[in-house]
Amino acid sequence: MPAVSDSALLKVDAVSVRFDTAEGSITAVDDVSLTVKQGEFLSVIGPSGCGKSTLFNVIGGLLGNHQGEVRVGGETVSGPHKSIGMVFQEESTFPWRTVRDNVAFPLELIGMPKEKRSERARHFISMVGLDGFENRFPGELSGGMRQRVSLARTLASEPKILLMDEPFAALDEQTRLLLGDKVLQIQQQIKQTTLLITHNITEAVQMSDRILVMTYRPGKVKRIVDIDLPRPRTSEIVGSEAFGRYVAQIWNDLREEANRGLRDEEKHALQRGSGTA
Amino acid sequence: MTTVVSRPRAASAYLPRLVGLATVILALLLAEAIIRIGWISQFIVPPPSEIAASFARLFLEEHIVHRFFYTVGECLVAGVMITVCGVGIGVLMHRVRLLQQACETWVAALASAPFVLAYPLFMVIFGRNAWTIIMMGFVSGLPPVILKTIEGISGTRRVLVNVGRSFNLTGSQQFRKILFPAAMPTIFVGVRLGLVFALINIVGTEFLINFGGLGQLINDLAERYDLGGTYAAICFVILVSVCFFMALEQVERWLRPVD
Repeated sequence: MPAVSDSALLKVDAVSVRFDTAEGSITAVDDVSLTVKQGEFLSVIGPSGCGKSTLFNVIGGLLGNHQGEVRVGGETVSGPHKSIGMVFQEESTFPWRTVRDNVAFPLELIGMPKEKRSERARHFISMVGLDGFENRFPGELSGGMRQRVSLARTLASEPKILLMDEPFAALDEQTRLLLGDKVLQIQQQIKQTTLLITHNITEAVQMSDRILVMTYRPGKVKRIVDIDLPRPRTSEIVGSEAFGRYVAQIWNDLREEANRGLRDEEKHALQRGSGTA
Repeated sequence: MTTVVSRPRAASAYLPRLVGLATVILALLLAEAIIRIGWISQFIVPPPSEIAASFARLFLEEHIVHRFFYTVGECLVAGVMITVCGVGIGVLMHRVRLLQQACETWVAALASAPFVLAYPLFMVIFGRNAWTIIMMGFVSGLPPVILKTIEGISGTRRVLVNVGRSFNLTGSQQFRKILFPAAMPTIFVGVRLGLVFALINIVGTEFLINFGGLGQLINDLAERYDLGGTYAAICFVILVSVCFFMALEQVERWLRPVD
């Protein structure tokens, strides 16, 4: 089992976000509260349009116009915080930098000497399993490898909390499972506190200690599920009976929300259609 | 098996070039025949064989190499000015939104303006010397660099900007470490276009004011009614332009080895 302490490292308290649109005010996130303990792996899961990415931006300090409070180690987050490292859903490596220079980016920012940062970068490149690719450019790598570069770059900043927004969403299922293994291995190795935003149930159950299920718009906390599966885990766990039960249980919670989302989408499509007709 | 597979590959790699070369040779032979038959007067267009024979004269009697380097020097000065000023103005316009909103449209309009017609004005300002030619090249090459700089910086993917924000970059770091490098390929397209526009206008102005390098040589030869020499000099300028464009493409590839 990972060393999960009882103290809350990240505390999200009654966060609500509203957006003004042409159709009026939309509540994307409504009164969401959660805590992530030191060393814990928490996933936030919900259907498309439930405000997961909005919550990601609020916690990461990229979205300022919200109600409620986000605290990291007791400090209020009012903008991007040095304790939070973010991995984005979209491909976010710098194409003009080699893998080594990408990973060394945060070390360059703190003024670490070149030789030392190269050495540190090599350590994190090795951690994500990209030894031998140090001098390659992102354009020479596959999508999964580029996401690993992004992960290594974020890990190099040694954040207290790793915040990931559907980092493997664009990858195929097999690559996604194998990268999940890699993330689990790293998380277990460095006891990294992690908050994963995802819509993939398998991914969430495979990696998490707890899963927070969100409702469709407005995004509220529907339920928090404790995942009591043995650690260390690998993707082999996907075939176990207990894993299947958790997946079924979370899908039961999500199905209704996903249906609401689908109906809402259809309604909007019809309205748009009648508007243009 | 390997040889069977590799042969068609090698052939397919060279075939377009060979066909391209054959097309040029065929066109030249056709032109030679049409002019020799008399369908086009030799007093208007000399046969390609005569033009080819005139090339030696350009090197031996007309000092074309010296003139070539003169034009290259003018292009180099204009190119440095275009790059420094164009990128600088582009960055400024991107940062000062009001300036961009106010000026981008007319900078775009200037990009298609026939600046060469303004050469008398430049001669009044700078006199009949190299500066008139350089400034003509500079003014004509500047708009594409400004426009592409704005486009490159504005087109930086949102996620890269967010990566910078997540690492708490200051405004200046965000610009130096993310926005500018991300915009580099687009900026280089602008510089490439700017340099080509500048080269065209530099040679054109040299021709019009009868001063400087290759443009003046064409003017001289035309005034002497040396048709073979004139067309040979025009061919030389075209070859220089093609080589210049290809060299810029190579530099671009070298700067950005992987997309």
